[in-house]
Amino acid sequence: MALLTIRNVSVRGIAACVPRRIEENADYQYLDSETLAKYISTVGVERRHCAIHDGSVCTSDLCYASAEKLLGELNWNREEIGLLTFISHTADYKLPSTACILQDRLGLSKECMAFDSPLGCSGFVYGLSMTAGLMQTGNIRKALLLVGNTQSFYASPLDKSTALLFGDAGSAVALEYDTDSAPMQFHLQSDGSGAEALMVPDGGCRHPFNEQSLLMEDFGEGIRRTSLHEKMDGGAVFTFALFSVPKSLKKVLTEFNIDSATIDYLLLHQANKFLCESIRKKVKIPEDKTPYNIQDYGNTSGTSIPLLMVTNLHNELQSKHLRLLMSGFGVGLSLGSAYIETKNLIVPELIQL
Amino acid sequence: MELQEFISKFVETLEIEDTSAITGDTRFHDLDEWSSLSVMLLIAMFDEEFEKEISSQDIRSCSTVADLYDLIQTK
Repeated sequence: MALLTIRNVSVRGIAACVPRRIEENADYQYLDSETLAKYISTVGVERRHCAIHDGSVCTSDLCYASAEKLLGELNWNREEIGLLTFISHTADYKLPSTACILQDRLGLSKECMAFDSPLGCSGFVYGLSMTAGLMQTGNIRKALLLVGNTQSFYASPLDKSTALLFGDAGSAVALEYDTDSAPMQFHLQSDGSGAEALMVPDGGCRHPFNEQSLLMEDFGEGIRRTSLHEKMDGGAVFTFALFSVPKSLKKVLTEFNIDSATIDYLLLHQANKFLCESIRKKVKIPEDKTPYNIQDYGNTSGTSIPLLMVTNLHNELQSKHLRLLMSGFGVGLSLGSAYIETKNLIVPELIQL
Repeated sequence: MELQEFISKFVETLEIEDTSAITGDTRFHDLDEWSSLSVMLLIAMFDEEFEKEISSQDIRSCSTVADLYDLIQTK
């Protein structure tokens, strides 16, 4: 049972970066206007920031820009950073780890530990637990958690379920060893029986890339994609999230004796507005404590939660002590919920690349 | 809950215009208003109204509105 209490680690700052380029869902060519309008209003995505996927803007670039800005404003000595983690499904290369490349790009010490973890929607919570977990004994004093995805890379333009949903973003979170910090509490789960619910079938070792991988297949209801595109069983993901996320959030509250009335904000992975609202109602957290940015950024996978903090809680994170309950859920299937407290963070304005 | 009451909730959830045309025998997959989003709306409706956990598989295995109504008893 992965119910974790991690002590002695504080968040010091959060930065995020999105591609400057915007795709407006209202301009989508492959649906009639009525169906499109219904989709936009139910799922809640009006526009997404998406890179052109020609290698010019990768997730690592979005995370790099976030980290550079954050380190500048924190005025941290880069030599002191002992750990860099990169949580993403859109690495620069199949190998080496993008974290190693970023260690070099950011001018960190060669004494810095660096590794990737390929996770999507649960990536921020999982990444926070892994990074803070390694720090809690005090052997690593400062760390950078970089979470991002340019997952629009995997969306077939002819598959409305992903083409109108996925947005791109990268983030950087600075963590510091701090014996005065409030403990971070986590509940982490996995359900591989749902592996096919969100999957890019070809290009890995199980189904190596071959000529068939490039063929567009028709899945009915106007959905067409290749085996190199991400497929999504919306119904399966919805069921998983609707029933597992409230249970997970309630588990964090009860196991760690947290009164939900003391929560300042519920930060949900911006998967789908209807789904998130259904989850919010089940956990009985009011609307004014549940921010959204899905209308402008879409579903940005693991970056969803840190991006939400930068776009919606920018001022409060800098000036107040906040008690945050959060949950990231999706591809894997994987789910991570957490309770953390933040105090007077450094939060640069959202960066656009 | 009676079938008729279920039908009204069904019609309201899916925002169906011609409510009088919907009966227990209606093949819901053929409705103009039926789309992949409808699966999500129905799963949420069953949870909220009947506190029943149904899957997209359950919905796929139903043909008529009455089949969906029966899920309340069988799940």
